Amino acid sequence: MSEMFDKLHSYFQLPAVRYALIVGLLIALCSSLLGVTLVMKRFSFIGDGLSHVAFGAMAVATITGVTNNMLIIMPVTIISAVLLLRTGNNTKIKGDAAVAMISVGALALGYMMMNIAAQNGSGRTSSNVTADVCSTLFGSTAILTLKPADVWICIAMSIIVVSVFLVFYNKIFAVTFDESFAKATGVRSDAYNLLIAVVIAVIIVIAMNFVGSLLISALIIFPALSAMRVFKSFRSVIICSVVISLLCAFFGIIISILAGTPVGSTIVSADITVFFIFCIISFVLKRGK
Amino acid sequence: MGALLKCENVALGYEGDVITKDLDFTVSSGDYLCIVGENGSGKSTLIKALLGLKPPLSGKIELCGEVGKNEIGYLPQQTLVQRDFPASVREIVLSGCMNRCGLRPFYNKEEKKLAHDMMRRLDIEPLTKRCYRELSGGQQQRVLLARALCAARKMILLDEPVTGLDPKATNEMYELIDSLNKKDKITVIMVSHDMNAAVRYASHILHIGRKQMFFGTKEDYMTSKIGQAFLSVMGGEENE
Repeated sequence: MSEMFDKLHSYFQLPAVRYALIVGLLIALCSSLLGVTLVMKRFSFIGDGLSHVAFGAMAVATITGVTNNMLIIMPVTIISAVLLLRTGNNTKIKGDAAVAMISVGALALGYMMMNIAAQNGSGRTSSNVTADVCSTLFGSTAILTLKPADVWICIAMSIIVVSVFLVFYNKIFAVTFDESFAKATGVRSDAYNLLIAVVIAVIIVIAMNFVGSLLISALIIFPALSAMRVFKSFRSVIICSVVISLLCAFFGIIISILAGTPVGSTIVSADITVFFIFCIISFVLKRGK
Repeated sequence: MGALLKCENVALGYEGDVITKDLDFTVSSGDYLCIVGENGSGKSTLIKALLGLKPPLSGKIELCGEVGKNEIGYLPQQTLVQRDFPASVREIVLSGCMNRCGLRPFYNKEEKKLAHDMMRRLDIEPLTKRCYRELSGGQQQRVLLARALCAARKMILLDEPVTGLDPKATNEMYELIDSLNKKDKITVIMVSHDMNAAVRYASHILHIGRKQMFFGTKEDYMTSKIGQAFLSVMGGEENE
């Protein structure tokens, strides 16, 4: 036991590990906030779809050799988020189908472009495409090579996301619970939907480097689903899912350091475990009544 | 008594298929309008159009000077609301005050008091902290009505307000809506299957089918041919 703590202690002497922990917790916090909204709006998969779009955008950025990936990834993802949430309700292609289409489409095109670029040796691609792609999909150890600047960007983004969420909390509730009522009674629900879309896109782009684009949905959805098993009001569900998400991220990172497992999938495993625990709790509570 | 809502030559439908047309009527301040008609005649669609949720195929729907978009309450058909949503009764009723907030992010004291008053008025005070999805159908309906009342300052639109209620609750619901109209001077527009209630409480009747069949006061409706024919069919069903 004490060996473990010694090991942890020595790790935490390294700035890289501390940065990773800070960034990890901030991402967990942000991603859990909008989980309930997405689940209730039947947009659980938008995280998946958007992260694949971000993957495609990243491929383009890598090939064209733009110095800062974010310049391409962020706008593309935000635009896709807006299009998906907006058209989801009343177009010929329904929300879930549109998400699936964009998601796999971007994934396929992104992977293809990276391969072609690697063959031609253009841009900044390394020869090891499979490893590159794998780390984008499942998150990488790049979390341990964060520079202070990255950490500050992440902190700034998190502050923006959290304060937007707090300021518009009541509006987000109204628009999520019953959009047509909100619209009918003169609340500008379109504007708030747009806001939700932009915030989600920002969260996904921040989180992508961390858990990878395949696992982001888990980070967004699992804490919300777990909390919804047990808690009854919107506010308590949100608070609970934030707490779950933070705890899972914290222990996930610690375990991944000690056991040498991939960061993203360790955190998601922790989330899954909590989900089953909450399922059992809700079952026991119902029996108890 | 000025006009609040004007419908001129409105046609409604989905993607080019006309459900109902030639809708031409005016709702004045203080009216209690009941919209009747057979299933599929576009009553709910009309409500949505009046609320601006669905644009009409042609024609014009206008809110007139006195009433603003954010002074309208709306009780949707219950099937439209998410039944498995994790929200407490208080949170839902309070969300009816949203249209008073404008850009202000949080509810103020008056709005919280209003929500509380409405809950007391509808006898759902003891349920304040309960979860919406665990309530019975009738209780859920009251919660949604309380929310609509918070939003309604001048006008309220109700879509089948008594669906799923037992006879006693149905009566209470009608009495409540009536007192809103008479005491609080709120203009009521209601869709209903229940012809007996329509002719008992409403001041005006709008009967729609493939087109507008009748619009006028309740008294005129009861002496008109269409009114008598429809009443004998629908009224008979209710009594069985």
